Amino acid sequence: MKKWTRRMAIIGGVAGGGLLGVGFWFARERDRLGDRKLFNVKPNEAGLSGWVKITRDNGVVVAVPRAEMGQGVQTALAMLVAEEMDARWNQMRVEDPPEHGVYRNVDILIDGLPFSPEEQGTVVDVAHWMAGKLGGVLGVSATGGSTSVRDAWHPMRVAGAVARDLLLRAASRMASVPVTDLVVVDGEVRRKAGGRVATFGQLVDHVGDLSSMPAPPLKKPSEFKLIGKSLPRLDIPAKVLGAATFGIDVRRPNLLYAAVLNAPTFGGSAAGFKVKGNLPKGVETVIIVPGGIAAIGTSWWRANKLLQEGVEVQWQPGPEPTLDSATLWRRYEGLMQDGKPALTRTLGEEKKLATVRPVEATYRAPYLAHTTMEPMNCTAQVTRQGDKNAVNVWMPNQSPTLMRLIAGKTADVPQAQVTVRTTFLGGGFGRRAEVDLVRQAVTCAMAMPERPVQVLWSREQDIKHDYYRPMALARWRAELDTSGGTPKLVSVAKRQVAQSPADQFGARVVGLPSQGKPEGNAVENPPYAFPFYRLEAVVPDGSVPVGFWRSVGHSHSAFFDESFVDELAGALKKDPFEFRRELLAKNPRHLKVLETAAKEAGWGTPLPAGSGRGIALRASFGSIVAQVAEVTVADGKTLHVKRVTCAIDCGPVVNPAIVRAQMESGIIYGLSAALYGEITLANGAVEQSNFTDYDAVRLADAPAMTVHLVDTGSSAIGGVGEPGTPPIAPAVANAVFAATGKRLRSLPLRLA
Amino acid sequence: MISFTINGQPARVDVEAEKPLLWVLREDLNITGPKFGCGVASCGACTVHVDGVAMRSCSMAASDVEGKTVTTIEGLALGQLHAVQKAWIEEQVPQCGYCQPGFIMSAVALLKANPKPTDKDIDEVLSNICRCGTYSAIRRAVHRAAALLAGAS
Repeated sequence: MKKWTRRMAIIGGVAGGGLLGVGFWFARERDRLGDRKLFNVKPNEAGLSGWVKITRDNGVVVAVPRAEMGQGVQTALAMLVAEEMDARWNQMRVEDPPEHGVYRNVDILIDGLPFSPEEQGTVVDVAHWMAGKLGGVLGVSATGGSTSVRDAWHPMRVAGAVARDLLLRAASRMASVPVTDLVVVDGEVRRKAGGRVATFGQLVDHVGDLSSMPAPPLKKPSEFKLIGKSLPRLDIPAKVLGAATFGIDVRRPNLLYAAVLNAPTFGGSAAGFKVKGNLPKGVETVIIVPGGIAAIGTSWWRANKLLQEGVEVQWQPGPEPTLDSATLWRRYEGLMQDGKPALTRTLGEEKKLATVRPVEATYRAPYLAHTTMEPMNCTAQVTRQGDKNAVNVWMPNQSPTLMRLIAGKTADVPQAQVTVRTTFLGGGFGRRAEVDLVRQAVTCAMAMPERPVQVLWSREQDIKHDYYRPMALARWRAELDTSGGTPKLVSVAKRQVAQSPADQFGARVVGLPSQGKPEGNAVENPPYAFPFYRLEAVVPDGSVPVGFWRSVGHSHSAFFDESFVDELAGALKKDPFEFRRELLAKNPRHLKVLETAAKEAGWGTPLPAGSGRGIALRASFGSIVAQVAEVTVADGKTLHVKRVTCAIDCGPVVNPAIVRAQMESGIIYGLSAALYGEITLANGAVEQSNFTDYDAVRLADAPAMTVHLVDTGSSAIGGVGEPGTPPIAPAVANAVFAATGKRLRSLPLRLA
Repeated sequence: MISFTINGQPARVDVEAEKPLLWVLREDLNITGPKFGCGVASCGACTVHVDGVAMRSCSMAASDVEGKTVTTIEGLALGQLHAVQKAWIEEQVPQCGYCQPGFIMSAVALLKANPKPTDKDIDEVLSNICRCGTYSAIRRAVHRAAALLAGAS
């Protein structure tokens, strides 16, 4: 997710020192295509650019340098290439390319900048330009912030168009037919008059010395044959056969497994340990690793059991070994009163009236763990090559660039000696951008030279040692003018207290001192035309590690903002949907999305007693999403979310089925948090340990869902991996209010 | 030594009696379709069939499968696609895919016991966790698989 804000700080510093003049930036779009030999070209293959190669058996292989964690990125990127290449869908394959600057993700850097999407002007333009430039320089390969398709939309299509052009010229030369008489149709080169000239496979030996020409014009949307269709995903057959290789499935010759016990308190470490008795069969050694100890052997199960039962560890406690949740909430309440804001922002003109009626509400959101379905793991091997060490890493991760950096630092070898291979990810959600596992795995591998070591955490370690969605406290206050007959809205103000994952990430990954700035997503402006809006964000220090949790700051801010808008509607005696419509009169895209969700959900139609509908809207990562939740509350205390109606405007849609699946996915992820998600602290440690006390939505709780794609004619590509998550918690809370008259202002939502 | 039948083949492993079946499969037999998710029989990612019954292999001791027949996702249709797998592809169920072998094994067992389940039956029996939230697609796929199986018989 958004993880580059702090990185930008150092990068910005470097750039100011003169890199801008060096001109590393790819001068033209096609320079991003990369060298034709770049993409692991094997015998029986021919590279057409750094992004596309063809195979003798008629395959088209696309480089996908983004992590496939379920969001369908392999399919979406292959579709963009196939479209411009006029390939057949069943020809398409994907492969992880080597590390190189052309595979960078520029949008993730741009999104990491501390600006709201609505902010414009010279400063913002310069910063965006710098980020683009620096993305090119650094070759950051990362997946997050719902940026993959936004970043790939143009370059992948260019890669497809260039590939088609090369194949046409190769066929022209091979068959001595003028190129102007040829065309690519259905994955083969044909004469315009009809008749096959060459299959792609037959051209493998004929493209060799041709140089790629500037890209021919790209197709107009009206000419798309594949983009916009719900084509089947490329990754599904292997996943259904149980044959997909996740990180935990990596098997190398002489593989060892390592279980880890992390220091119970945050920031703690192991000072020493004693194994009771002899090491059992299946465990070869126990060592200290960053943050804890690891038992390494031929059985993970046995190693983990030894750590549970057979080792006494002297723990060096972290900085706050007695911290508990109640203390932390009191600290936040103090900061709410008198903490100095790290950010103050106002929109509109403040009007001071002699008498106003205030509407005030305070909201809370707890820490949340990610609980990716695949527990955290990383496999590493340190081998001697001549007089140097080389490091191999196999890992389900969201940033191979970063993993490579940290693996190299940990093993003290140059970057060039480190290879990172990204497996399928059994869920990412932001957790797999973190570098804790690669540090521990490389440390274990150094203790067992030449042998690959697979570090795997138990679910308990995963829940107790996450980088959590920050807990957050918000106070909203509105002022109403009641001097006339009907109350009128005069102003709204929000004061929010939350740690900043972006800030912490920079500190722990690249060692920067904290800058104390709020995380950008947490402070985005609401889309509503409030007469006056004030935001104050207080960013506390804290020893609890926080990270990028699907939709990051939107996940709590949307709950605060959209709950309060509902409360305001109530204070103004307006329907929550109608009230939002009024405030969105000048935002036609938002308005259409909101209206679509309301209409499709049957907003305003009667429901049985004990049922209610709630609506919420949130724009995030370039997309606008509205959701209507319908709930039933039995006996005044048992909450069931019956159905969710979702509308999204994400601009041009590459694969509608994937967009729908991502919306459902985001809703369920957000609903798990809204209904159950709460990480609490006692004695400096997390109290929860497994799905038994940190549950997730299962089939029995899963609402019926419908997703509506809204086309407002916007040409800007929006993300889809995260925007489905933020609106669900407030939509459900607002529905509970409609059903019961009870306003739930704390997450998770509890009626009893 | 523990002997059992795995995916149609005899297996003999020298492991501690209490070693969970999941880890015998993954570490000793190199069968990686069943996944580790929680270790406490809560999430269902490790689901396999033991004598035709869906079991959470992370919480079943190796000694408990002595002489029994174990089937994992790899042995479900041995190179073919089971009707449930077909339905899973047709409904495009998986996202990250990690929990899906467990769901598919649970669904196969459900359909064997109840060839025409209602949504409520599906919700009650399939108590596995999918963090990607593929639940609507799973409901559709189970119904489709039921239809495929009914058509075949």
